Parts: sequence; C-alpha cells; structure tokens
Amino acid sequence: MATNKRAPRPGFVLDVDKSTPPIVFHHGEGFRLEKLPAGRTRILYPADPLVGLPDPDGAIRDALLHPIDCDPLPALLRPGMKLTIAFDDISLPLPPMRKPDIRQRVIEAVLDMAAEAGVDDVHLIAALALHRRMTEAELRHAVGDRVYDAFAPHGTLYNHDAEDPENMVLLGVTKHGEEVEMNRRAAESDLLVYVNINLVAMDGGHKSTATGLSGYRALRHHHNVKTMLESKSFMDQHKSELHHSNWRQGAIIKDAGIKIFQIETTVNNNTFGHDGPLSMLQKREWEWTARDRASFVTMHNGLKIMKTSHKRKIFNSWQAPYDLTSVQAGEIEAVHKITTENVYKQQLVPVQGQTDILTMGLPYICPYNVNSVMNPILVMCLGLGYFFNLYRGKPVVREGGVLIMTHPTPWEFHPVHHPSYIDFFEQVLSETTNPLEIEANYEKKFAEDEWYRHLYRTSYAYHGVHPFYMWYWGSHALAHLGQVIIVGGDTRAVRRLGFRPASTMQDAFEMASDVVGRQPTITHLHNPPILMADVS
Amino acid sequence: MISATLAGKRIAVTGSTGFLGTALVERLLRCVPDAELVLLVRPGRRGAEDRVRREVLKNDCFDRLRRELGGQTPFDALTALRIRGIAGDVSVDGLALDDAGRALLASCDIVIHSAATVSFDSPLDTAVEVNLLGPVRIAAELQRLGVTPHLVAVSTCYVAGSRRGEAPEELVEDSPFFVDVDWRREVDAARRARQDAEAQSRSPEMLVEFRNKARHELGAAGTPLLAEKTESLRVQSVTDRMVDSGRARASSLGFPDAYAYTKAVGERALCETRGNVPVSIVRPSIIESAWSEPVPGWIRGFRMAEPVIVSYARGLLSEFPGVPEGIIDVIPVDHVVAAIIAVAARGPLPDPKPDVIQVASGSVNPLRYRRLVDLVRDWFTEHPIYDDRGQAIAVPDWSFPGRGRVQRQLDRAKTSIDRAEKVLSALPLRGRQAALHATLEEKRSLVERAEGYVKLYGAYAECEALYGLDRLLALWDTLDADDHASFAFDPRIIDWDHYVRNVHLPTVVIQARVKTTPGAKLGPSRSERLRKQVLDPSRQLAAFDLENTLIASNVVASYSWIATRRLPREDRARFVMKTLLEAPGLLALDKRDRSDFLRHFYRRYDHAPIAQMEADAAEMFSDVILAKSFPAAIRRVREHRALGHRTVLITGALDFLVRPLAPLFDDIIAAELGQRNDGTYDGMMTSVPPTGETRAYALEAYAKSHGISLAESVAYADSSSDLPMLEAVGFPVAVNPETRLASIARKRGWLIEDFHKAPGAPGRLLPIAPPRRGAIA
Repeated sequence: MATNKRAPRPGFVLDVDKSTPPIVFHHGEGFRLEKLPAGRTRILYPADPLVGLPDPDGAIRDALLHPIDCDPLPALLRPGMKLTIAFDDISLPLPPMRKPDIRQRVIEAVLDMAAEAGVDDVHLIAALALHRRMTEAELRHAVGDRVYDAFAPHGTLYNHDAEDPENMVLLGVTKHGEEVEMNRRAAESDLLVYVNINLVAMDGGHKSTATGLSGYRALRHHHNVKTMLESKSFMDQHKSELHHSNWRQGAIIKDAGIKIFQIETTVNNNTFGHDGPLSMLQKREWEWTARDRASFVTMHNGLKIMKTSHKRKIFNSWQAPYDLTSVQAGEIEAVHKITTENVYKQQLVPVQGQTDILTMGLPYICPYNVNSVMNPILVMCLGLGYFFNLYRGKPVVREGGVLIMTHPTPWEFHPVHHPSYIDFFEQVLSETTNPLEIEANYEKKFAEDEWYRHLYRTSYAYHGVHPFYMWYWGSHALAHLGQVIIVGGDTRAVRRLGFRPASTMQDAFEMASDVVGRQPTITHLHNPPILMADVS
Repeated sequence: MISATLAGKRIAVTGSTGFLGTALVERLLRCVPDAELVLLVRPGRRGAEDRVRREVLKNDCFDRLRRELGGQTPFDALTALRIRGIAGDVSVDGLALDDAGRALLASCDIVIHSAATVSFDSPLDTAVEVNLLGPVRIAAELQRLGVTPHLVAVSTCYVAGSRRGEAPEELVEDSPFFVDVDWRREVDAARRARQDAEAQSRSPEMLVEFRNKARHELGAAGTPLLAEKTESLRVQSVTDRMVDSGRARASSLGFPDAYAYTKAVGERALCETRGNVPVSIVRPSIIESAWSEPVPGWIRGFRMAEPVIVSYARGLLSEFPGVPEGIIDVIPVDHVVAAIIAVAARGPLPDPKPDVIQVASGSVNPLRYRRLVDLVRDWFTEHPIYDDRGQAIAVPDWSFPGRGRVQRQLDRAKTSIDRAEKVLSALPLRGRQAALHATLEEKRSLVERAEGYVKLYGAYAECEALYGLDRLLALWDTLDADDHASFAFDPRIIDWDHYVRNVHLPTVVIQARVKTTPGAKLGPSRSERLRKQVLDPSRQLAAFDLENTLIASNVVASYSWIATRRLPREDRARFVMKTLLEAPGLLALDKRDRSDFLRHFYRRYDHAPIAQMEADAAEMFSDVILAKSFPAAIRRVREHRALGHRTVLITGALDFLVRPLAPLFDDIIAAELGQRNDGTYDGMMTSVPPTGETRAYALEAYAKSHGISLAESVAYADSSSDLPMLEAVGFPVAVNPETRLASIARKRGWLIEDFHKAPGAPGRLLPIAPPRRGAIA
C-alpha cells in the first residue's frame, strides 16, 4: 500500500539549467550519473505512482460480477463445461511483482466462482506464445502455491506449446490473408478466460489471445518488419499496424465461436517502492534527501566493484511493490478501451515538440530476460523497440536524430533461455543488421529449426525465431534515427549491433554532433518507472 | 675434350636421387651428348624406372635442359633414349640386381658410385652398410660379372679425420694419422651393436620405462595406442643408441662423425677388395649450392649448413661454436660434378694404387669462419626473416665460444624448460592454458634441435685441416678451354662474398620457406584453413565426445544433480560432503582407466527408478547440460548436419541422461544400464562403455554399417583418452584440449578449437539440483 501522503503528481518536463544536479541513468545492473547540458536539455519524468485500489480482491470480484458488455462470470459457468484460464507469462509485469501476484488474485477469484458453479474441467495455461516456458518456481509465483498444487500435479496447469502440432488449431484466415491459430484446449473450451497484466499500452486487447495462445504460423503475419515499420508507435493501438492485425485476427477468433471473457488489470508506477533501497530511483534528483543520496552513493560504488553475476542475482531478486489501479472484465474491446485509459492515466506525459537527441538509461530488465541475462539483442530491443516506441503522436526524437543509450551491453547470453539468440548474434548480425535482409534471408531457417523447436518445447528456451522479432521490434527506430550510440557498452558487442560505442556521455554528444550539429536539443527519458511521451 | 672422350660410353651412376647424383645426371645428360646413363636406384613400390622419373628427372635441376630442348616432350624423348633405371641396392650383397640389371651393369664403361647416407647422424650400422660396404659390394659385383669398368667412388675430404694442417690427396692407409682398423671387424661390431641395442631395449626394465613414458605422453589412451607408442619409443631408443654408437666409434678413431669414419674405412676396404677393377676416389669437402651450373644457387634438399643458417636467421641459435679464423671448406656442387666427370673422362691411372682427387677450396681459396658469419649476418640484417606477427627478426652476434660453453648454455635452457613443463603438466589445464604447455614443448624441441646442430656440426666448424688439391689442379691444367668452360672445377675462381650473398643465401631462404616479407600474414590462418577442411561438404561423418567437448560437465556432476533432485533439504548437505570427500579417489580412478571408473561409478544407479530418471533427465537437460553447454560446439554440430554430414554423439555418459540431446544428432552411442523387472536400473552396464579404444571401435563399426569412410570423417574430443577415436578419423579436432592432447594436436597439426560456456551462463559451485516441489505436466 502506498505510504506517501501527498496526492500523486503528474509527469513532469524539466528544463535543465545550471542548477540541475547530475541525473541518474539506468545502466544495466548499475547506474550512471550524467550532467546534461543546460539550456537545451529537457528531462521527462514519469508521474508519481497512482494510489492503488484499497481492496484489490473486492475490486476483482466486482469486475467479474459486473463485466462490461457481457454477462457476469457466474452466469457463464455451468457444470460439465470446459473452462480454460489463460494468463500472461513471465514477461509481465516488469520487474516481477511482490506476492500475491495479480494473476493469482484474479485466478483464485475465477476459480472460486467456477467451483461454486460446479465446473470441474478447468485448465490453466501460461499464454507465452513463443516465449520460453515458465519454470515451476515462476508458475508458483504467478498463480500462487494453492492454485499450483491443485492443478499442476494433474497436468491441468501448464505452459502453452505453440509447436505441438496436435494441440494447435487453425481458426481461419483474415481478409488480409493472415492465418489465425490457437491453442486447441483454449479454442475448444466453452469459455476462455484471459487474465492480463497491462503494464504498457501495447498489452491486452485482442493481442492477449491472438498472440499469447498462438504460434509462428499466425504470428509471422504481424511480427514482421513491414508491420513494425507501420506501427508508429506500437504502444499507440490506433496507429499500430501490429494492433490492427491482431484485431483482425481477434475478429476471426470471435467468428470461430470462441467465447472469451477478458480480464485486464493495470498497475501503478510503484516500481522501486516508496521506501527501501531503490526508492530514490523513482524520485526526482533535486528532491533526494540526504539519506537518498547516501544510499545511492553506497549502492552505486558497491555495484561498481561487484561481479556481474552477483549484481544480476541481486537485481533479479527485486520484486516491485506494484499496486492494482484498475481491473475490468468482459468483452475484449470494451474492456481494453478502459484499460488503455487507465494505463495512460499513469504513464502519459505531455511533451511539446521533438528533439535532436534522445537519451535513455536502459535498466537491467526487459520482457525477455526475467531471471536471465540481458543480452545485446535484448539491449537493442529494449532501447529501439520498447523505449523508443513509448510515444503517442510523434517520436520524441526527430527523424534523422540521434539516440544515445547507456547500458554495459556485455557479450553475454543465457545458454538455456536464449540459444537461438547466440547463433543469431554470431551468424546473422555478423553478416547484416538490416531488418529486411535478416527477415528475408534467415528467419525461416531459424523459425523452422528442429533443434530450437526441441529446446522451446522441452527446455526453457525462447523460440528459434524470437531474436528476429526482437530485431524487428527496433526496425521503426532504425529507419527513423540518424545514429545510435551506446555509452559504456562492450565495444565489440555494440559494433556487432551496428551501433557506435562511446565511453562517456560527453564523447557520445561529440559523436552525435556529426549528425545533429553542435547545439542540438536533448531530451532525456527518465524511465523506468515507465512513462509514455505524448508528443504534440 | 671431355664430351668427346665420353661420347658413346655407358655410365652407371648410383645415388642419383641424392643432391650430388642428381646434378651429376643432369650434367652428363646436358653436356655429354652421346653418353648413355644407367641409374641404379632402389626400386621403391613402383619400380626403378618410375622412381627415376619422379625423383630424379622431375627435379628443377633439369629445368634448364627442358627449356633448352624446348619443353617436356623433347625432354622425355631424350631421357627415354639415354637413361635406363635399374633396380638395385648398395646396402645388400650382390646389389639386389636382377638378370637384366646385372647385364646392363656389366655393359657399363664407367661406374660412378655416389650413393651414401650423408646424414651426419646416421645409426652406426646403417652408415656401415651403405658407406663402408657400398663400394665394396659394387667392386665385388663387378668382379663377379667379370668386368673392369672404371669405378669412380665418391668419398669425402673428412676421411682425413679431425685434425689440423695439411691433408694431401693420398689413400687413407698412407696417411700417418690413420688408425688402421680391420674393416671386417668394424662391420661385425656394428651389426653386433645393433643386436645388443635391440636386446637391451627389450629388457623388462626398459620396457617398463617406455610404457611409463608412453602413458605420461598419452594418458589413458587405451591399451592398443599405448602399446603402439611404447613400441615406437623402443625403436627410437634403439636408433638413438645406434647414432650414439656411431658418433662414439667415429670420435674414438679421430673422425668428426660416423659419416667420415665409415667413408674412411670404406675407402680402405675398397682398396683391399677391388681386385682388378680400376678405381679413382673423388673426395669433395662440404658440398653446397651450385656456383653456376645448371643455374647459380641450385640445391636439392636441406643440407648441412642450411638448417644452421636458418636457425641463426630466426634468432634461435644465439651462439655456435667454432674457431673464427678456421676455414669452412665449402665447395659448390657443380664443381664436384665437373671434377667427377673429368676424372671419369680421364680414365684410371696406370698406377696400381687407386687415384685420389680432392675437391675442396680451403687450401687455395679459403672461406674463413668469421668471414662467413659476417656475410651471413650482414645479409640477414639486410634481408631479415619475419616472425608470425610480421616483425623482422634481429640476428644475434656470435662470439665464437668453445663447444663446451654453448653446450652448457643449451643444457641450462633445457633444464629450465623441463622444470616449467613438469609444473605445467601437473596442473589441470585446458584450452588456451594447455596450449601454453605445447608452446613450451615447441621451445624445448628448438633447443634440442640447436643442441643437435652443435653436436653434429660443431666438429666441422672447429676443423682446421687443409685439403691438398695438387692432383685436382693438375687435372684442371690438362683440360682445354672448352672443357674449362663446360666443366669448371677450379675452386680459385669462386668469389666467396658473391657466392654467399647472391647465390647461396637467397636459395637457402627459398628452400627453408621462411617468411621474407614484413606485415602480418595475409589470407586465412592455419586454423581457418583446417576449419574449412573440417566443414567441407565432402566430409561424411562428425563424431562428438560429450564432456568438455560439448558441455563443461561430467558424469559425477550429472549424478549429483540427479541424486539431490529428490533429496530433502536436510540431507543435501550430507550428500555434498560425502561427494566432495570421494572426489579425489574418483578422479584418480578416472585417470587410470575410464571404463573401470564408469563401471564403478554407475553402480550408484542401482535401484534407480527408470520412469523417474526419465523425468529428472528432462529437467537436468536444461539445468546442467544446456546451462553448461558450449554454444559454439552445438552450433558446430548443427553446421555439420546442415552440410549433410552424419552427426554422432559418442559418450561414456548414460543413455537416458543424454537422450534429450537426440535431436542434435543422427545417432547417439552411449553407455547403457541393465534394467530390473521392477522398473529400476541394476547399476550394471550392458556392454563395454564407449571410452578409449572401445570408442574407436564403436565409431569404426558405426561407419562400416553406414557405409561411411572414416578417412572422410571428423571427430571432436578433448582428452588424450579420446586419442584412439581422433586417430581413427581423417580430420581430428581437439576441443579445449588438456595438456597432453594439446601438445599432440599441435605436433600433428590438428585443428584445435576453443569452445567455452556462454559468457553470462549461470554459474553454480556444486552440481546440486534446485529443490523440487511438485511436478510440471
């Protein structure tokens, strides 16, 4: 529960002047303090965390009993029916949240109602699409021990397997020729309940089922370079071809007669806590107390001398004290409209006009390295994919501008989670970094590779094609930007990504001057906690 | 006119595949148009004629003649007409001639015997058979055939022995310094020495020593390979012993080495046994590259001075013994050839004693050791050799120390390298560190080579004899101007500065194939070239070891993981302690014999439930095998597959533990445990596990049943216990090799790959499974 007494303040745009203290940049499992040029720099700060719902379980129950454009959940449940509950996987929220996880709260509420209605045939599926399977510990964290122990031993709580030909069904093809497929159990259920955690505006809607329970055959129609180039941004569903395609697929799912009860939830911005060791990270630097300063300096210096593996362990153990800010259930599109408004309420920060240079500090985590390693490809995806696209209207940086990110970008990979990434990095990026060439020449080979398929299905590996999607995620930014610089990264790894390595922010600004001149305007995205720029 | 005198003559030549012999044949062919040549060569596998074509006529010595004739075809026509090759062997009584060969030899007017084992470190008996008995056998055979052609025997100036002062052109027995020994006894003694050395090398103590040495070098490579290595060490020791015997016998009689000694006694024996065969003896000094014929600088093979010169230019020989004002008696090969032909043309002297002619330079046109060293140093300073990194190598200054001091220096270097090597080999090194060991070994072999040069040639550099040339110069004076032009052998015309700088050294550098241009090496590196061969589509099979080749784990780690998987928390600590305590014993057993170790260790799976093992193995696949895998190695397996090669995993690990790797391979050959009726394993292996030589057999059997040629196959492994498998294939690859395998791979020029765990891979100190709480369906 939130402990701050003030009413939460909205996001803020600071114009940097001489009195502005050095700014904290996330830098993987560490931080950098950077003094930004006065007079031409602005910093986008996220809003304070919204106050969470006082009674989350009550709110969830209420949403299930009073859904939007839909009968109450109990009315949809009957004995002898097939019920499937699908839920978001390990990629949400980021970082993982403290127990109890929202999924656990929602699933328990749904299961209570199902039990009351006498529903026996219930399956729970982690809707991970082509992500890696969740481990026992991760599933337990998401759904809670009670649910896990009740279902997993009977084989009714499991990970979606998009490469199990027996258990995927083709539901149809959209007018645009996009195939739509789905997990057989979900598709053949009398009711499919989907439990979302909508961390950013991209999440949820038809994308939950059309992507989460789908496979390569269907995903390739929107997880491709062309779609991503036409999604400006993919965080803005109205201007996102990614969403249009998912919505078309959603219509096919609906036409196939699959009854979906969509539950969407939003969380606040309380990523690092109002107090505790990381709390200063969601404060504005000039408001730091002496204690914030002291603990930051201690942490900063401690991290500098620590081994990466230890740092990784420490950061991976951080669980965000997120509060539930809204929960809505019922018909997908109606629900999603409200959810998006609630996400925007927390994250949207109005910004006037574009900038020449966009700077960002990349943190230790992205959707695909929970309990894992942030490899160079994920660095690219987080910076040029996610953070770059956290805009509505126009990109924060002008076309032909420069993106400067800070991240150590180590040449490191998790051998179990990211085997195809390793080969992608060694064999594909060493040849070309052009998304279209990569897509044309390599995607099919990786996507249909038996070994990657085997690892995706039996081990804990992302699908063979996943690194390609990471690269496509950045294609809009790649096409838009004049230059990308990574500060403090492993030189070889940064070059392999096709970016330019700089050892200091000062050097990076010098290098950028070749592209944007000597007096460029600079905007820093002070993220996370997550903010989305509303650029006019 | 020499060519006129020899026209229509039939001349037999022995030793035509050698340096001097080849030059001799070329000159006779080119400058004595009407002579017919009979070349006596050991037939080899394809017969004498073939050997003559391939080993004599193909040599670049004949390029000039080929050119002058207008190409290969007329050259072939000429040689077909004038050259006959006959099978023969001077190291066998009767020369191993067939009837046709005998008839042809009997029809010769002149026999030039230039066959010899010139190697300065020949085993004593070999030198005796060839150098001492060779001329005797030829004379005997000629007598048996009842013919008396002019026998020109090529000997060496060094029959005069290691001594200072004049050494005139006289028979050895006429020299006051010759210690007369009975040549027959020398022959008997040499043969007996061989028998003694053989017998000694077979004594139980020696055999144990060889076996230990082989084990030290190869590790647990399996009985057949160890046996093979042991035997090769034994044979080597006999050879070494015979070389030592030769050197010792030679020096006991005042000769620099076995070559000079056997040649000297051989001359003596020839004079004694020649009967009525007229004999002339030609004694060259140190024969080096040609002064002008067929082309300046022509040389065949790497001769005596070249290795020393190249080692010096490479900066390896920082000192070499010798007397600075001493004379290095060098004579270009074309002078020797011309002198031999002139002697042959002149015919035997009426004198009842054989005639001796020395071909040398020291007494009339001396090349002093200091001058030679200066010339060589200046030349290499101007034209340096470059190291692997493309840096010019600076040549050292020699201070002409005594042989003892150089020897001591080298001994010291060797001792310190030996020590470092001992320390390194005791450490459990892999990959790059192990390569360090191999480098050290290379350094030692360099020091050993330098030591060899000092031992071999030191005596020559210190020799201060002056070889008389009165008869040679007298012969020269009898020749007319034409002969002087075509058969020049007057050593006084040699300009040593020009010879060393412009004729000899450029040739040496080319012959040694050293790097003569600055800058880093262009083009693909050695590893890249080897890798390309390994990944050639025409390969048929790629076999992979598992542990430390594909993953950084072992059977003990897998077992601990499996064993702790379902262990309650409180028992885990006890298990860890127990395993840690057992570890040294297990390691020692593994080192001694891998299959015994596996047999012993797998007993632990007794009563393990089969179904549970399957489930746990599936989890272990992620947590141990993949987490500790080498991504580059897995990529390599997949590359082979993509190229259409069959991929096989051959491992001593248990089949059910490696089954999750199945999609990577076409086949897996692994150890299997017997099963009980109650659904548990019985802890006994159903067959010999595929380790050591069994692995090679398994691979051979596999290849056979799939119609695959192992010569076209690749094998990847990390340890010398995998040697049998690596040796069985045409393209072995050492992956992160441990010390022994690293040096073996380096010596044999195998591809060495450094595969490592993914940087960033989760590290765990002990191979313990994470606590398991419930099943994931």
